[in-house]
Amino acid sequence: MNFSKRMLLGLVGASVLASAPLTALAEDWQPRKPIDFVIMAGAGGGADQIARFIQSVAEQKDLTTRPLVPNNKGGGSGAEALIHVSTANDPDHTILVTLNSFFTTPLRQENLGIDIQTFTPVAMMGVDPFVLWVHKDSGITTLDEYVAKVQEMGGEYVMGGTGAGQEDSIVIAFMSEAYGLDINYIPYDGGGAVAKDLAGQQIMATVNNPAEAKGFYEAGDFVPLLAFSDERMPAYPDVPTLKEMGHDFSYYNQRAVVGAPGMSDEAAAYYQDLFTTIYESEEWQGYLASESLSPLWMDAAEQRDYWALQVDNHKSLLAALGE
Amino acid sequence: MTEVLSLLGDGMLLSLQPLNLMMIMIGVTVGLFIGAMPGLGSVNGVAILLPVTFLVPPGSAIIFLAAIYYGAMYGGAVSSVTLGIPGASTAVATTFDGRPLALKGRASLALVTAALASFIGGTVANILFTLFAPLLASVALSFGPPEVFALMLLAFATFVGLGGDDIPKTIFSICFGLTLGAVGFDQISGAPRLVLFEYNGFLQGIGFLVLAIGVYGIGEMLWTIDQTRGDITSTTPKMTVKGMATDAKEATKRGWKGTAIGSFLGFFVGILPAAGATPGSLMSYGVAKMVSRNPEEFGKGSVDGVAAPEAANNSASTGSMLPMLTLGIPGSPTTAILLGGMVIWGLVPGPRLFVDEQEFVWGLIGSFYISNAAALLINLAFIPVFIWMLRMPFTILAPMIFVLSIVGGYAATRDMFDIWLIVGFGIGAFFLRKFDYPLAPAVLAIVLGPIAEPTLRQSLLLSSGDPAIFFTRPVAGPITIIAIILILLPGLKLIRRKMGAHSKKPAQ
Repeated sequence: MNFSKRMLLGLVGASVLASAPLTALAEDWQPRKPIDFVIMAGAGGGADQIARFIQSVAEQKDLTTRPLVPNNKGGGSGAEALIHVSTANDPDHTILVTLNSFFTTPLRQENLGIDIQTFTPVAMMGVDPFVLWVHKDSGITTLDEYVAKVQEMGGEYVMGGTGAGQEDSIVIAFMSEAYGLDINYIPYDGGGAVAKDLAGQQIMATVNNPAEAKGFYEAGDFVPLLAFSDERMPAYPDVPTLKEMGHDFSYYNQRAVVGAPGMSDEAAAYYQDLFTTIYESEEWQGYLASESLSPLWMDAAEQRDYWALQVDNHKSLLAALGE
Repeated sequence: MTEVLSLLGDGMLLSLQPLNLMMIMIGVTVGLFIGAMPGLGSVNGVAILLPVTFLVPPGSAIIFLAAIYYGAMYGGAVSSVTLGIPGASTAVATTFDGRPLALKGRASLALVTAALASFIGGTVANILFTLFAPLLASVALSFGPPEVFALMLLAFATFVGLGGDDIPKTIFSICFGLTLGAVGFDQISGAPRLVLFEYNGFLQGIGFLVLAIGVYGIGEMLWTIDQTRGDITSTTPKMTVKGMATDAKEATKRGWKGTAIGSFLGFFVGILPAAGATPGSLMSYGVAKMVSRNPEEFGKGSVDGVAAPEAANNSASTGSMLPMLTLGIPGSPTTAILLGGMVIWGLVPGPRLFVDEQEFVWGLIGSFYISNAAALLINLAFIPVFIWMLRMPFTILAPMIFVLSIVGGYAATRDMFDIWLIVGFGIGAFFLRKFDYPLAPAVLAIVLGPIAEPTLRQSLLLSSGDPAIFFTRPVAGPITIIAIILILLPGLKLIRRKMGAHSKKPAQ
């Protein structure tokens, strides 16, 4: 017993000695193993596309000494991801790509015991607008025609989305309230599946991010009717905004990266640096433009304030929806 | 069409350039070994090697990734046959008959069958892809929630017959799998379900691979220990070129039917964005058994039973490229990673890709043909190495299987909780097997349940609760009716047998 204890101590001592010069040499924190790059959504949707794009940029420019390994955990409107990240046993190597379910899921499922202010701000990569889409074969080309059609069908009009309390359902609920619409809402497991079923006309309309619908829009299958952004989008100059229609409502999906709760300051600084580099890269700026995202850069303190503001906003939005 | 063929030819020529050919050879070999490692599948291979692809031009890069993908599909069968642990989720159905064949000393036959079936499955899929890609994309789109559910129902129907004659035990096994598949977050309401003892580990759901490694890795090992009572046993398979040729002949004779079923059915299931290669291979196994003239051979070492899932998983993997390329929706986790790679190379997957990037698309498909052929040759070359592993006595092999099961299970999710589940499932599976419960239906249910349940509920939401939606839609209707007939068939047979016995009695 004594022998093994001494041996163990000896080993620990030796390893401390061995690693001491190394830590002294490396001034900055560096990842020591692959980084768990958790995504709060299923494969194929907007968040997933962005995560994989970021991963590719990091790989291509050789920005990290250890790879970012994408890990889709979309279950329970992102609750699966939030629990996975908040209970991570290695917070220095666990980061999360978020959307607005970062705010809504902890509000809707208080029993999860997630306090988002314990997470570590890393980077706000941009905000993603929402657009109302219909299939070209529906013959609908304007919002008025859409409203008339939905009202005529009296509750039979089918729209798909990513689930109750999710971003698109908030937008649809507000729009329904504003125009007196009764919509049959079908939940899917991700924005990609929603767009696919609109293309196959299994559902009649969707509220998707431009990135998710772009391919079908360019092929002429999807018709955009209404944007939920503050101003008209450069890529869709003819699509009116809800604000123009006299309703003071705009809604964006945050595309932010956050660190696990309990991440060390050194690691947080490393990731903030890394994602600043990615944000400023030509590739990311090109992605923002081509996929119609708006830049909204913030430092760590501003991000925390933004989280608090968004939690308040979503509290009142969800309350208005009767959630 | 001639334009397509010439582009395809260009693609094949491109793959035969020295750099690309080297990428294919390396990719297939690496993929073969990654696929053969339990727990690691093509998804890990592609993810690990994605950085390498940025060192070469995009064309070579995607060829490299496709080669890894193919290699891993071939490799998955290797540990399924030699160790009884599924090398990848797509190779689970291969263990059903591959392992019994190996235990009979026919491992080389099983491996040769797997290689040939994989090659044919991949080739059939490539041809279908070449000829009908845009048309098939619209088929994929016509599959809404009711159609997908009807297809899942059909899959379950083929599996009612899988557990042998004991239908109540088969149904128990299916229900057990369905229950495990329901653990975790509910997709429709977002609420957590069946979080036993409030363990957070259950929130993520029970992974299919966790159940499969538990049942087939640990469970099979316990079973063999129990059967041999610690005797030192080993199979002594021999491997010669001549032997391989004989095996190839036998594989063709006894496995052509399974290969044909797997090639076509696998491709069709693969192109549906919701499904992918794992359900494709399981369904093909079920159908092959159903139409076989010797269904009692299945599960005991049927060559068709190896050929069907292996042809299907290769065919489905190629098929799952279709929704990725034409709709921008990945049909499997591996294609999701390929999609990420394509975006960074400036390609926008979606309906325009076939029009705007013809050269890329047909070049890629051309490389599929070459990778598939290369994978066959490399796999055949390595079969003697894999067979050699089997010559170890079981007393040495058993601890190896245990270690590989644990390591493989951990590699898949990097979560200790899953390790305990694997051990638990292994012990449970051992006792269920002792009491003659079939386990394959449970494995099928945990794969298909999470696809079937949300689509059932989405369909009923679409129809405001009216189940007629499964019968009135042009595609869903016929599939549902066939499925229901298949489910009722064993019952009808039973009644007829009883009535037959009854009517004979007075005569005696």
